[in-house]
Amino acid sequence: MLEYRVEIALWAISGIIPFFMLNIWTNNNLNESINISDIMLSRYFLCAFFVRQFSVVWVVFSFEEDSLMGKVSPYLIQPLNPFFRYFAQHLAEQITRFPFALIIAFFFFIFNPESLWIPNLGILLLSIVSTFLSFLIQFLIQSIVACLCFWTEKASSIERLLFIPTLFLSGLLAPVVSFPAYVKSWIYLTPFPYLIDFPANLLSGNETNISGGLSMQILWIFLLFPLFKKIWSEGTKKYTAMGS
Amino acid sequence: MEQNIIDVRNLSKSFDISSKEPGLKGTIKHFFRRQTKSLKVIKDISFEIKEGEIVGFLGANGAGKTTILKMLCGLIYPSKGSISVSGYLPFRRKENFLKNITLIMGQKQQLIWDLPPIESFYLNASIYDIDKFEAKRRIKKLSEMLEVDEELFIPVRKLSLGQRMKSELLAALIHEPNILFLDEPTLGLDINAQRNLRKFLIKYNKETNATICLTSHYMKDITSLCKRVICVHEGAISYDGKLDLLLKKLSPVKEILIVCSSEEDAIKLENSGFTVKNKNKNEITIKIANNSITSSLKTILNNFDIEDLYINEPPIDEVIGKVLIKKDYEI
Repeated sequence: MLEYRVEIALWAISGIIPFFMLNIWTNNNLNESINISDIMLSRYFLCAFFVRQFSVVWVVFSFEEDSLMGKVSPYLIQPLNPFFRYFAQHLAEQITRFPFALIIAFFFFIFNPESLWIPNLGILLLSIVSTFLSFLIQFLIQSIVACLCFWTEKASSIERLLFIPTLFLSGLLAPVVSFPAYVKSWIYLTPFPYLIDFPANLLSGNETNISGGLSMQILWIFLLFPLFKKIWSEGTKKYTAMGS
Repeated sequence: MEQNIIDVRNLSKSFDISSKEPGLKGTIKHFFRRQTKSLKVIKDISFEIKEGEIVGFLGANGAGKTTILKMLCGLIYPSKGSISVSGYLPFRRKENFLKNITLIMGQKQQLIWDLPPIESFYLNASIYDIDKFEAKRRIKKLSEMLEVDEELFIPVRKLSLGQRMKSELLAALIHEPNILFLDEPTLGLDINAQRNLRKFLIKYNKETNATICLTSHYMKDITSLCKRVICVHEGAISYDGKLDLLLKKLSPVKEILIVCSSEEDAIKLENSGFTVKNKNKNEITIKIANNSITSSLKTILNNFDIEDLYINEPPIDEVIGKVLIKKDYEI
């Protein structure tokens, strides 16, 4: 069982990109250019870490492997869309990650005691909802890409392409507010800022348009879901049950 | 009169297959100008299967047996023709259809690798809307039939292939399907495990009147389970009918080794009009047509002094092997 515990700890640690970014931002005083205090910036990146922990998705890789190995076939003849299995796996892993994420947050506050804050209950609940919506958007985007396995077999290559805008535009490397105004206006039309930036800003107490952000998240889910259903329905017609 | 539960009419399936020449040149050429061709793997086949029947699909590797099973259970979409299974179009994968069937494919598993099989059984039970109490009852019943007990609580990765296969079968049958599609279910199992699995399938068929369609390269699976076989050759049906009839057609004679009490008797027998295969002192092997075995043996026993005799069936693998390389068998 030791290897499982280590694996879970490694999952949690693997999401610490926001802390590296915090270090880069504060060491170079980059926050001054966007009028965010050190404290707010460190809270933002801690929240980005939390949002990332509970919204990270890898369904495309799981589906691709299962598809190539013929493991999707038994799932396809069950009265449940196989993506529900992956969805449940993601939720289970998120629950498992929670204690490790708390431990990391504990050490974060030990080294940055001035960043310690307790969000009010309403904001906390809205942030949980927003993080879950972010997870849903990412899950739907990756599921759509995963369905391309029915045509290309290597859908993960397309996911790697998508990872670039996700990395830069989601707020993982820098708060979206730091982008020039004309770029920002375009970014907010994409789903990316609602993946990390919006929920992290909401939780950290930074100024953000709560109703606008939540509406955009819901809108993206409503746009992506029928697209997923369509591509799933067309893709399964192409399924050749290879490897089985 | 039992009803047809599976009805297949003029079914065809084609796959687009790409081909690549070997080496760097072939790879570059393949990258820029991929050559694909349409390969017709199933060619206009038709058949019906009645409720409760056990039907074996026979064919050489690549003949199209598994593709037929995959289309019957709705995994792949047919290119042409119609399929009706239990009144449903399989590819639509309607919930009620899926609750009625199961597919087991050799060593492809649906059990969760790191958890004991019992966890997968309860997961499957939830997927099929079976309540916990009923699931427990079914697991108990099936585990008794399959003779599995402690294995249910050991992580799947620690189980032997035979134990895994039994657990796999239990997971696939927890919803008590009416139609079982089994693609080489005994692949890789030892002789005892194969026998137990066959015994289980016969019992399951008797108790539930389930229809079973199976493919296997082990002739023992076919002869023990199937009265009817469908032979597939290069995507087309070369024979559809009773296994007995096929065997009779393919091997119309039996070889009988007769040990006479003296060499003189053996010589007399040799000259009495029977087709002699070989003779060695007082032992003589003759060939007798299947339909005249009783009368011929009566004549021999009444007219010659016989010490012993042995009736040899031709090896089934050899007989069936003939059908796999022929296009058509009219019975």
